Amino acid sequence: MFDIAALGSQFLVGLSRSMILFIVTAGLSFVLGVLRVPNIAHGSLYMIGAFSAFSITKLVPGATGFWLALVAAPLVVAVVSFIAERALFCHLYQREHLMLLLFTFALSLILGDLVKFTWGAEYKSIMAPKLFDGSVSILGASIPRYNFFLLIIGPLVAVGLWVFTNKTRLGKIARAAAVDREMVGAVGINVSWVFAFAFVFGCFMAGLGGALMAPTISISLGIDHNLIIEGFLIVTIGGLGNMWGALLGSLIFGLSQAFGVLFWPQFAIVFPYTAVVIVLLLRPKGLLKSVW
Amino acid sequence: MLKTLSLKSLLPCAVLLVILLILPPILPRFYTYIITLIFVTALLAMSLNMVVGHGGLFQFHHGVFYGVGAYAFALLLFKAHMPMWFGFIAAPLIAAFAGFLIGWFCVRLTKLYFAMLQISLGSLLWAIVFRWYSLTNGDDGIHGVPIPSSISSSSNAYYFILFFFVLCLVVMYLIHRSPFGMTLQAIRDNPDRCSAVGIHVRRHQLMAIVIATFFAGVAGVLFVVLEKSVFPDLLFWVLSLEIFIMCLLGGWFTFAGPILGAAITVALRTFAGIYTEYWTLILGVLLILIIFFLPEGVMGFFVQKLGRSRVKEGAPGRGQHAQS
Repeated sequence: MFDIAALGSQFLVGLSRSMILFIVTAGLSFVLGVLRVPNIAHGSLYMIGAFSAFSITKLVPGATGFWLALVAAPLVVAVVSFIAERALFCHLYQREHLMLLLFTFALSLILGDLVKFTWGAEYKSIMAPKLFDGSVSILGASIPRYNFFLLIIGPLVAVGLWVFTNKTRLGKIARAAAVDREMVGAVGINVSWVFAFAFVFGCFMAGLGGALMAPTISISLGIDHNLIIEGFLIVTIGGLGNMWGALLGSLIFGLSQAFGVLFWPQFAIVFPYTAVVIVLLLRPKGLLKSVW
Repeated sequence: MLKTLSLKSLLPCAVLLVILLILPPILPRFYTYIITLIFVTALLAMSLNMVVGHGGLFQFHHGVFYGVGAYAFALLLFKAHMPMWFGFIAAPLIAAFAGFLIGWFCVRLTKLYFAMLQISLGSLLWAIVFRWYSLTNGDDGIHGVPIPSSISSSSNAYYFILFFFVLCLVVMYLIHRSPFGMTLQAIRDNPDRCSAVGIHVRRHQLMAIVIATFFAGVAGVLFVVLEKSVFPDLLFWVLSLEIFIMCLLGGWFTFAGPILGAAITVALRTFAGIYTEYWTLILGVLLILIIFFLPEGVMGFFVQKLGRSRVKEGAPGRGQHAQS
C-alpha cells in the first residue's frame, strides 16, 4: 500500500523529532520529579533557547556560530531561570501546588513578552552548517542529515542523563530529594539549593532542545504554547518524573505524528492526541513508574 | 436555605443591576462592548468555578466547551440555516453533551491525571476544528454569522447578554446552594468520606461537569451574539488556562470571585492593550503580586477583610484543597 522507503524515512523523521521532544521533556520531567511543579514556563524557556540560538548564529556566522549556539543558548536559558528561581520562585516552595503552577504560568506570560520585546514578532530562521546539507540513506530510507544528527544526539543525551542521575553525587541528591525532601534536609543538605539546581538544570534542557530544534522550524512567538502542551502530555503518559518515561512518551508522540502525516495528512495532529488518550485510559498513571 | 438571601445581601446586587441597566445610553459604544465582553467572559469563568472552586476538579480544558457551544451555534445558523432560537437551545446542549463525553472518561482519574486526560481529549477536539476546513473553515474561522438585527446592535446585544448572564447566575447560585451543590463541595473537601457514606462520587462529579459545560456553552453562544464570528483559538488550551487564572485571580472560594477575575483580565487586556503591546507582561506581574500578597484572590481578600462569614461556607481554607 505504502512505499516502504517512504514509510522508513517517515519513521526516521518521526524518530528524530522524538529526540528533541525527549530532550525538552526530560528537563520538564526532572523539574516535575524534584520540585513537584508542572513548569508551564518550560515552553517559554525552550522558546528563549531557540531565539538565543538565532542571535548567536547572527553574531558569529558560519559553523562555529552554530556549535557555539548549541552550548551558549542553553546557558542563557539557565541564567534566566536561575534569576527567576532565586529572586521569586524559591520563596513559594512552602505554598500549595496550584500557587506554584500559577507562578510558572505568570512567569511564562512575562518571559513570552520579554521575548517579543527583545526579538520582535517576525519569524526567524537559522541555517544549519554546510556539514548537514543533503541527506543520508539508511537501509534505503533517506532522511536529511540534520535529522540524522539529532538521532545521534538524542541517545547521547539519554546516556548522559542516566550517568548524571545515577552515578554522580549531585544527581543522586536530586533523585533523593524527589522521593523524600525532608529526609534529604535532615541529613544536612540544603534542599533549597537542590531545588534551585534541579530547576535550572531542567530549564537548561529546555534551552538545549530549543537550540537543537531551531534549524528545523521557523522560530516565532507561540512555539512555546504548542510545545508545552505536548510536553505535559508526554511526561504524563511516560510516568511523572521518570526520565525513561519521558523518552517513551516522546517516541509515542513523535512517531504517531509522523505516521499520521503519512496516513491522513489533514488530520495528522489528531494522531498523537489520540495515542495519549488511549495510553491514559489504559494506564492512567503513565506507562512507567511515576515518582509521585 | 433561602433565608441567606436576605434583603441585606440582595440590596447591593439590585443596586448594581440598576446601574448596569442604565449604563448603555450613557457610555460610549466601545465601553458598552467591553462590559458586554466581560459578561460573557465572567459567565465562562463562573461555569468553570462550579467544577474547580466548588467541585475541586482539575478542569484544565474548560475553554473547549465554550468553543463547542460557539461553533455549534455558528454552524447551526451559518451552515444549517436553522432559526436562532433553535441554535440557542441546541448549542448549549451540544456543549453539555461534549462535556458528558469527555467528563465520562475524565472522572475515572484524579488530580493531575484528570487534567492531562482532559487536555488531550480537548486538544483532539481543537485539532479537528482546526483542520476540518470544509466544515469549520479551519484556522480562518467563521465570520459574519447571521444574527438578527434586533439583538445585534451594540446596546441591544448588551441587554440581551446581560439578561442571560443574570439568569444563568441566579440558576448557578441556586445550584450552588442546593443539596447537590452542597454534596459537591463535600466531595471536594473529602472524597473518601463521601464515598464511605454512600455518595456516588463519580456520578456527582460527572453531573457537575455536564452542568458547568452547559453554562460554558451558553457563554459560547453569547460570544457569537456579541462577536458574530468564531475561530479555533476559542478551543485552544491557552484560553482554558486564562479562565482558570480568572478564577484564582478573583478568588475561587467565593461565589462571585470569578466575575471580578474576568473583569480584571478583560479590562486589563483592553486598556493596557491601548498603551502597550506588552499587556501579558503586566498580567504576569500582577499575577505574581497576587500570589505573593493576596493568596485568596482579590475577592477572597475583601471578603476576609470585611469579616463576612461567606468564606466559611465554601472554603476549607487553602492548602487542603489542592494537594497533588
